Formats: sequence, C-alpha cells, structure tokens
Amino acid sequence: MTADLMLIWPELILTIGGLITLMLGTFFGDRNVGLYQLSSLLTLAAAAAAVVALFGIETTVFSGTLSVDSFGGFAKLLIYAASFVCIVIAPRFFNGGMRAEYPTLILFAALGMGIMASSRDLMTLYVGLELNSLAAYVLASFMRTDERSTEAGLKYFVLGALASGMLLYGISLLYGFTGTTDFAGIAKVLGGELNIGLIFGIVFVLAGLGFKISAVPFHMWTPDVYEGAPTPVTTFFATAPKVAAMALMTRVVIDAMGPAVGAWQQIIIFLSLASIILGAVGAIGQKNIKRLLAYSSINNVGFMLVGLAAGTQQGVEGVLTYLLVYMLTTLGAFLVVLQLRDADGNQVESIPALAGLSQRRPGLAAAMAVFLFSLAGIPPLFGFWPKYLVFEAAVNANLVPLAVAGIVASVIGAFYYIAIIKTMYFDDKSDTEFPKGGGAIVEDAVITASALWLSVIGYLFIPVLAVLSASAAAVLF
Amino acid sequence: MSGFPILSLMLAVPAIAAVACLFIGDKMARFVALGATLATFVLGCVMWAQFDIGGAQWQFTERADLFGRFQYALGIDGMALMLIMLSVFLMPLCILASWDAIKQRVGLYMAMFLVMETIMIGVFCAQDLLLFYIFFEAGLIPMYFIIGIWGGANRIYAAFKFFLYTLLGSVLMLIAIIAMIAEAGTTDIPTLLNYDFPVQMQTWLWLAFFASLAVKMPMWPVHTWLPDAHVQAPTAGSMILAGVLLKLGAYGFIRFMMPMFPDASAQLMWIVFGLSMIAVVYTSLVALAQSDMKKLIAYSSVAHMAIVTAGLFAFNQQGIEGALIIMLSHGVVSAALFFCVGVIYDRLHTREIDRYGGLAVNMPAYALFFMLFTMASIGLPGTSGFVGEFLSLAGIYEASSWVAFVCTTGIILGAAYMLYLYRRVVFGELTKDDVKAMPDLTAREWTIMAPLAAVALWMGVYPESFLAPMRGDVTTVVARLAPAKPAGDAHLAAGKPKPAAAHGETAHGSSHAGGVQ
Repeated sequence: MTADLMLIWPELILTIGGLITLMLGTFFGDRNVGLYQLSSLLTLAAAAAAVVALFGIETTVFSGTLSVDSFGGFAKLLIYAASFVCIVIAPRFFNGGMRAEYPTLILFAALGMGIMASSRDLMTLYVGLELNSLAAYVLASFMRTDERSTEAGLKYFVLGALASGMLLYGISLLYGFTGTTDFAGIAKVLGGELNIGLIFGIVFVLAGLGFKISAVPFHMWTPDVYEGAPTPVTTFFATAPKVAAMALMTRVVIDAMGPAVGAWQQIIIFLSLASIILGAVGAIGQKNIKRLLAYSSINNVGFMLVGLAAGTQQGVEGVLTYLLVYMLTTLGAFLVVLQLRDADGNQVESIPALAGLSQRRPGLAAAMAVFLFSLAGIPPLFGFWPKYLVFEAAVNANLVPLAVAGIVASVIGAFYYIAIIKTMYFDDKSDTEFPKGGGAIVEDAVITASALWLSVIGYLFIPVLAVLSASAAAVLF
Repeated sequence: MSGFPILSLMLAVPAIAAVACLFIGDKMARFVALGATLATFVLGCVMWAQFDIGGAQWQFTERADLFGRFQYALGIDGMALMLIMLSVFLMPLCILASWDAIKQRVGLYMAMFLVMETIMIGVFCAQDLLLFYIFFEAGLIPMYFIIGIWGGANRIYAAFKFFLYTLLGSVLMLIAIIAMIAEAGTTDIPTLLNYDFPVQMQTWLWLAFFASLAVKMPMWPVHTWLPDAHVQAPTAGSMILAGVLLKLGAYGFIRFMMPMFPDASAQLMWIVFGLSMIAVVYTSLVALAQSDMKKLIAYSSVAHMAIVTAGLFAFNQQGIEGALIIMLSHGVVSAALFFCVGVIYDRLHTREIDRYGGLAVNMPAYALFFMLFTMASIGLPGTSGFVGEFLSLAGIYEASSWVAFVCTTGIILGAAYMLYLYRRVVFGELTKDDVKAMPDLTAREWTIMAPLAAVALWMGVYPESFLAPMRGDVTTVVARLAPAKPAGDAHLAAGKPKPAAAHGETAHGSSHAGGVQ
C-alpha cells in the first residue's frame, strides 16, 4: 500500500494542494488572490515535477486499477500545463470577482483528469471522470449572477449526467457480460466471441465517452457551454478535459476493447467523420467567436479520432501529438479572445466586431491568424503536422476511404477559419475599438510563444515529439 | 561545387526581409523588399553561373536531418534552376510594379511578397516530398492575403475561391504522398524518382496528383478560379500568379507524375490530351469574347498551359523541352502583359477594353512594348513564344497528329484574341478625353518593361541558354518514360541525320525512336 502511494505522488500533491488552496481562501478571504493563486500554481508545478520524476516507470498500483506509465504521464503534463495557464489568466478576467474556489476546482478537476488518463479499470475510470465533471459543472456556472454562465452550468450538468448514465449503463453491461471491470480482463473476454450484451456495452461506453470529448452526435452541449462559461473556464474546457477524455478514450479503445476491432472501429470512424463534417458545417454560420471555437474543437476531435480509428501505435502517437499541438493552439486562440476588450473594458465575442482588427492590433490579429491557419492544418503552420500523422496512420491501417473523406471535409473546415481571417484582415475597421494595455505580460508571452512555435519553429521539435509520443503510445501495445 | 549553402541563403534572405518589413515603416519596407529581392536575384545569377551543365543531375544539394520524419533536403536540377531564375527575376519587378500602386499597409504587402518568394524557391528546390508539399501548400496563405487585402471590388469572393479550390485539390495529393511514403519507405525525391510503384497503385496516385496539379495548372474544367483571382488581384499579384504560381502545376507534372508514375501516365495520357484539346479551343474562344483585359489574358494563360500539358505528355524530347520553354516564356510574357494592363489601369482605373483606344498616339513607348509582348504571346518567330510552341507542337505531332492539329488552332485563335485586344486598346481613334490625358511610361515603368522585353527576345533568339541546363533532365525523364511510351500515330520517318549540332542529334534521335515504336 505504501509502495503504491509512492507511485501516485502527482495525485497526492494535487489533493493536498487543492485542500490547502481551499483553506487559504477560507482563512485569508477571496481578496488575497495572489496567495491562493500562488499556492495552486505551485501545486500544479510540483505535480508536474512529480510526473517527470516518475517518467519511465511502467507499473500498476492499487491491485491493477490505476496505471503509472508514460502514456498517463504525457497526458498529465498536458493537463497540468493547461490548468496552469487557465489559473494564471483568471484574475484579470474576473476583475475582482475571483474566488478561491476557482483554482481549487481546477486543481480537483486536474486530479480527476489525471486519474482518467491513467485508469485501467472501469471503476477508477468512472471515479476520475465524475471528479472532473463535478468540478467542471461548477466552473461552468462560476459567474453565478450571469445568466449565460448559469445556463451553461445547468445545461452541462443535465447533459453530463445523462452521458454519465449512459456510460454507467455501458459499464454495467460490460461488467455483467465479462465478469470483470479490469481493462485487461475485459480485453481477454472481447477477444473471444462477441454477444449482443457486450456489443451494447461497448456502444454505451463509447457514447458516454463521446460526450466527454464532444464528438458528434454527442456534441450538443459544447457550443452552448463554451459560449456561456466564463472565458478562462471555456479555455479550460477546450484544453485539459479534451486531453484527459481523449487519453481515456484511447486507453479504453486500445486496452480494453483492443481485440474487438470490428465492434469499435466502425463506431469511431462514424464519430470521427460526423465530427469533422458537422464541426465544420456547424461553424460556418456562427457569429460568436467562442461558439465558433467550440465547433472548431468538435472538428479537431474528429481528426484525432481518425488516428484512433487506425488502432495502431502509429495512430496513438498521432493522437498524442495532435493533443499537444491542439492544446497549444487552442490556449493561444482563447488567450487572444481574452484580450479582445472594447474601450469600456467589456469582453468582445462577436465576430463581426473583429472587422479590421489587423489594423487596430496587428500583433494580436497576426497571432490569431497563425492559430486559425494552424487549426485548419494549412502548412507551413505546425497544425499541419499532427493532421499529417493521423492521416498517415489511417492510410497505413488501410483506412484510405476514411482518410480521403476526412481530408476532403477538412477543406470545409478551412472555409470558416479563413472567413475569420477575412474579417480581421480584409474588412474595414468596425466601430469597436480594441485599446491596448491591461494584458498581463504572461498572457502576451504565452500568445507569442505559442504563435512562434506553431509557425515553422515547431517542425524542429518533431524528433523530440516523436520520441515522447512513441514512448507513451508504446505502453498500450 | 562549393559547399556554400546558396539555396538556404536564397530562402533566408527574403524570409528575413519579410519579417523586417512587418516592423519598419511603409517607405522603408519598399526599399527593403526591393533590396532583398535584388539580392536574391543576384544570388540566383551566381547560382546559374556556377551550375554545371551536363554535370551531376542534382546540384547545390544540402541536407540536414532537422525534422526527424522528413529532411531539410534541398537541391536543384536544370528545370528547377530555370524556374527559380524565373521567380527571382520576376520578384524585383513585382515589387517595382507595386511601388506607387500600393498605398495601404505597405509593410504587410511587401512581407507577403517576400514570403511568397521564399515559398516559390522552396517549392522548386525541395528534395524531400513532405518538404515540397509544405512549400507547395504554404503558397496559399500569402496569395490569399494579397488578393484579399489589396484586390479589386470583388476580392473577397476571389480570395476564397482561390484558397478553397486549390486546397481541395492539394489535400488529395497529400493522401497520395502518404501512400507513396508508406510504399517506398522514403521521402527522398531523387530516390522516389526511380522507385517503381505497382502499376495498379500508380493509377490511383496519378489521379490524386492530377486532382491537385490540374487545379494549380489550371486545366479545363477546373480553371474557373483563375480568371476571378487574376481580375481581382493587384497587378503585381497577377504577375506573380501568372508568372510563377501557374508553373507549379506543370512542374509537378514533370517532376512527380511523369517520372514517378510512368505507366499510369501512359495509360491516362488521353485524359490530359483530351482536357488540353478542349482547353486550347474553348478557353481561346472564351478569351476572344472578353471585355475585361485581365480576364482575357487569364483565359489565354489557361490556353497556353494546355499546350504545356499536351507537350509534356508527348513523352518525347521536343515536346517536353518545348513545354518547359513555354512555361518560362509564358512566365515572362504573361507577367509583362499583366503589367501592361496594370500601367493603363493605374492611369484610368478600369480594365474595360472599350474605355481605351488610340493609345499609340499618346503612349508610343507603351504601345511598342505592348506590341512586343503581344507578339511574344502569339508566338511570332524571334520571340520566346515561338520557340516553345513550335518545339512542343512538333513533339505533340509525333505522339498524336490529331492533338497537334487541335492544339495548333490555339495558336491561330491566340493570334486572333491578342491582336483584337491590341487593336482595340492601342489603335483606333484617340477620342476619349481621359485617355488623351494619359502620359507615357514613367522611368519606373521603363525599368520594369525593359528587362522583361530583353528576356522575351533573348529567349526567342537564342533559346539555347535556357534549354542547355534542362536538356539532360528532360533526357532523363524521357528515358524513364520510354518503356511505357505508346506508339505515336505520326509514323515519322526520319531522314539520315547529318552529324550536326548536339541538339539536332538528340531531337532527331528521339523522333526516330518515336517513329519506329
């Protein structure tokens, strides 16, 4: 038992750090933003350091319910990094309304996501998922006096509960027909003949997880929640939980359902194509930049699923690289959205108001253009590379029709990305002024760094990324 | 060959200048851009001078394993050299052409052109398939901005159409590239050029590449983005689009499709011939009916490119050499024609042909240059157009006399629409007052016209300068295609070739081979 505890340092640190942060908030009041922010950031940094320290250990703990491996480590580092940024950017947004619950909830969500990424048992999977989800519901409605925010929270909660129900139903079926909740044990049974109960189990589990990664047709909540939630929270939703849920989905599909390729592959292919196409088409008419980025995330999840559908190590490597690049791009894009404030300091989310942004704030517009072209996967921007990897995996797994359909649909996606660039660059200046200033140096630094990295510099990191993602993906095979 | 990384330097100079242009004032940006493009041009000249004709196929090679999965590998052969020269030659002229015409956001404009230059050089010198694709596709971004920000009234529609149309084509090529890499296990272009893909697979790969390159080319019926893009783009944008970007498609044909998929090329050559024949006749007729000068020249570009594709797929030395010369000649001449349109557009702000007339009276120098480029476009002997069209049609005739017959009508129709255009704009009565007030060429415009005219004549009088570096590469391609080459219907019986110049020998030799098979 003690030996097991030594291997889950990241989780322990997050738990303790989360409680300390909560206490600090309670005892010193919500006004002391710096104090509890610092403690939460330190917690995340320490947890990340613990992950790095544990890198290379491949084992399971707690009777095989939780794994400690580089796949989980990779995902956790991404999750912690995204959480870190989302805490850093919050105080300025809430503008005095910041409370200690915010970093605390993010820490607990990060804890849940870490468990999701390293679970290898249906029980730990569910525990991690719910821990993350419950924190997320509260975060969505964090601005409790704001109508849209509370609506987002409620919507997220109701639909999330429904999805959890489906997931639980699937879990119970899988457990009932395999007699175990252990991924390896399930895989053993699925290797044999499939009966209708098992197939239903697989379908419901994938549906429940599909909700978490917001794959079509389980995506309905995404635009509303992204639009309604406070922007730092949206930033968080679009990054960390995506990584966690995608890692979890990968683990479930490859580890638990691996042998039943015929049963899950067509589901994943459907989710993938539906997400790519609907994510692209749905985005076209959007007038709100946060809603648009929500559709963009649906679209991108579709591309990640292309890699997962391949079901090979190459495919998983592609998914992991994709997650990293997607996370950086999305963080950058939302940070740009955060900086969009009019003369009175109000957030601007309407896309038409961005007209002529390139003349008012050239740097900001250029960064946004980089992020959007990158999300569209247009080379030479680095967003091209993960798309290439997932399509390569699909082609090598003999899924050429999927690759062709996906890549052709990506052109539809390119349409709305370049439409925003058109608004920013080609249109005449709108009435909205975007005065400079007020932006924390950290925000500018993150925007600049990720924009630079996503322009050609990222290609220089391909060897490093390849080694990292290969070592992480190898765990599952 | 020195180990000096001249290609990297040529990529770096415009790229660095592009970044600089974003941060300095408008006035400085113009000079920086001109300086950088001239410097790149000088580097290009040095490279041409150093190029060892008849030496190794790939020269100035550089290789660095920067990207893990694929490499930073550069190198050029004669064809790439000529196309790079075309790009670096046109670039300073484009910058000069937009010197006064562009008044808004000059820094960004210059940066986009410089990025464009880097990308074009990169496309032609990439020796790694993925690196090539990245450059190939990257060209969309600066062109999208150039058309969208500084274009005409309907620029947004044109920019979107250009972007999405060409992107849709390119992505299919990406899937083919992935399949090729998986099959051959390498991204190295020189290796892939000699890799024999299974015949069945070649057909699919060929079709995927064709989907992309035919759009870039552009071939009928996927040419419709071109007139829109040309009409809306600023003058320099049209110059670079017609001058270099249209050559990317043909370059892809001869660099990738023909040597990499020889069997599929032979099987499917009827598609190329068929589309080329339709394009030559149809787009020439469409050009005849245009009332907008830029649209007319845009359609003429499609017709010229169709002769290029037909020439390439003749699979013989003359056909391919001729096609390459048309590419170079069209690069210079169409850029010049677009500039000619730009000159009078700057004065009267309309491209309607009917608004002009009688320019020969008040703009004699302009009329002279316009005449020269019109003749070069028609293919008058002594100009660059003649050499290319004659060679390629001779090559096509060997492959198929019918295709040659139909394509030759393009020359006649070309003469019709170009002369008709020239008559309406330059001759006739000088009646309109605003046209009367138009001054002749300025010093800046002279500086642009003169080098273009000089090159058009040079290429027409002594094409050997341009053919010599490419000859060896064409021979390589022809040899690669030889096993798959179908027999032509012309059954040429070659007489006894006199042991004359080297060029005559190769030409007769291959025509003989074509006749016998």
